[in-house]
Amino acid sequence: MGSMEGPMSETVTADGRTIGGVLMEMRGITLRFGGVTAIKDISFDIREGEIRAIIGPNGAGKSSMLNVINGFYHPQDGEIWVRGKKRRALRPHQIAHQGIARTFQNIALFKGMTTLDNIMTGRFTKMRAPWWQQAVWAGPAEREETANREIVERIIDFLEIQPIRKTPVGRLPYGMQKRVELGRALAAEPKLLLLDEPMAGMNVEEKEDMSRFILDVNDEFGTTIALIEHDMGVVMDLSDRVVVLDYGQKIGDGTPADVRNDQAVIDAYLGVPHD
Amino acid sequence: MLYREAGEFKTAYAADAATFPIAFDRWRYYGVLAIAFLVIPLTINDYFASAVLVPFLIWSIVAIGLNILTGYCGQVSLGTGGFMAVGAYAAYKIMTAAPDLNILIVVLLSGGVTAAVGVLFGLPSLRIKGFYLAVATLAAQFFLVWLFNRVPWFYNNSATGQISAPERSMFGFEITGPMASAEAKYLFCLVIVFAMAWLARNLTRGRLGRSWMAIRDMDIAAEIIGVDPLRAKLSAFAVSSFFVGVGGALFFTVYLGAVEVGEAFGINKSFLALFMIIIGGLGSIFGSFAGAAFIVLLPVFLKNVMVGALGWPTDIAAHFEFVILGALIIFFLIVEPHGLAALWRTAKEKLRLWPFPH
Repeated sequence: MGSMEGPMSETVTADGRTIGGVLMEMRGITLRFGGVTAIKDISFDIREGEIRAIIGPNGAGKSSMLNVINGFYHPQDGEIWVRGKKRRALRPHQIAHQGIARTFQNIALFKGMTTLDNIMTGRFTKMRAPWWQQAVWAGPAEREETANREIVERIIDFLEIQPIRKTPVGRLPYGMQKRVELGRALAAEPKLLLLDEPMAGMNVEEKEDMSRFILDVNDEFGTTIALIEHDMGVVMDLSDRVVVLDYGQKIGDGTPADVRNDQAVIDAYLGVPHD
Repeated sequence: MLYREAGEFKTAYAADAATFPIAFDRWRYYGVLAIAFLVIPLTINDYFASAVLVPFLIWSIVAIGLNILTGYCGQVSLGTGGFMAVGAYAAYKIMTAAPDLNILIVVLLSGGVTAAVGVLFGLPSLRIKGFYLAVATLAAQFFLVWLFNRVPWFYNNSATGQISAPERSMFGFEITGPMASAEAKYLFCLVIVFAMAWLARNLTRGRLGRSWMAIRDMDIAAEIIGVDPLRAKLSAFAVSSFFVGVGGALFFTVYLGAVEVGEAFGINKSFLALFMIIIGGLGSIFGSFAGAAFIVLLPVFLKNVMVGALGWPTDIAAHFEFVILGALIIFFLIVEPHGLAALWRTAKEKLRLWPFPH
């Protein structure tokens, strides 16, 4: 996919997926809100094709980190490098055009629109027909609409949400809304998919479904995924590498097994054992 | 019995995305068109055309325009009257400067001028939202009316300060001026309404319309899927103002003929347009028509019943008109806050399942 190879060469995981070079690298990111330092000098990288988890207790700066990656916040210090090139400060909609999509911790769907329209809106960056062609609904604009509808229908099939295609999303149950939101992010065919607590508030079955979708997205489309999650079991099962934050600082980085046995992580995140 | 989805199998996405996917709806739509284009022009009388149908058609365009901005893009505007005035004065200036220009082109150009003005006054929407934006557009309303009152260039230095529409014709029929026939006015407005409703429908169901609705429903999420809020909001202001400007131009040239700006395009027109889309249904083209019909037709209907049928004095009837209209607006908003379009949708859903309740 990428023309630039990162410092690390390709590796193959135990389950046979290929993980490529560095897709995105955070270098010394510091983010302050007035006197509060939300993120302090954090560096880590995300490699092409991997599932990268960001974990940490509440207020550790995980969501702030995602907001920095997709351009809502601009860090006071530090740089973001994408495929070996330094990224300028961009607005969120420009970053979307570079192939980064995300979901939100508290669902941010377009409540007045149907499932289909929500996911079609996710195709925004892929559609080109000028407004005057849309206005007369003929020729290229109509063909483009139909072609994109086909892609959206594939996503609907993939997420198994065919029956709610034409339901306004405001009427859907929580778990379904989460799924539609994932669909909207997938519709953009992102190179990097950011998931902010994709399983928050779900029951075990819904979590299993969502885990399956995340693994399938990564496996079938080769999408790089960075996710924030509180459910440790899920994180350990899904992710290739984990970065651990606490009070805005990075306290651990490595494979799930490494992180699980790291004393600093255990102390900060899982709590210091009493004896 | 006729209103069924059963047996309609869509084999193409284009057919599934059609405006009227159900055959019965489609035929009903063709029926309405046939009546509007063929039956009404032959049976119309002057009073009915000039007091009812022409204003209804013109207000439908204005309501669609405001609905694009407020209903689809979520930007509240109280400047509709001012933008209608821009359309009217643009039409006047173009007509007097270029006497040979076709009236249809004049009307469309006026819409274009209004679109440009609309974008200008839409700029604050990038910073402010909701009620605060409403106040900013209110400023546009007062400023524009003031401007057309105070700067003689806009009314060609006429002594009265009024503007009046010169006579223009199309295909040999007078469209504007005192000699224009009711049928010609009606058909001219109808063609424009038909074309513009079709354009509005296409724009709102495509990529641009989805970007407007995305901004309306959740602007942060809209941004992360690539919608530039600046372009989405300003394009909504432009398209909306184009519609309102065309409506204003028609209101002046075809309907009123002569205009004094404060009276014809005052703040009450802005509120009227807002009532129309709230009662009709925000974010619905059909709702724009329903709201315009409600606001324009109901007073005429009530007047005919009270004065004509019951023989009440006109002044009492006029007061009762306000009372009844106000009560009905409150009633509708309590029963169905999403407007007549939502009532219509509910009715259709019930019909689809009839005679079974679920």
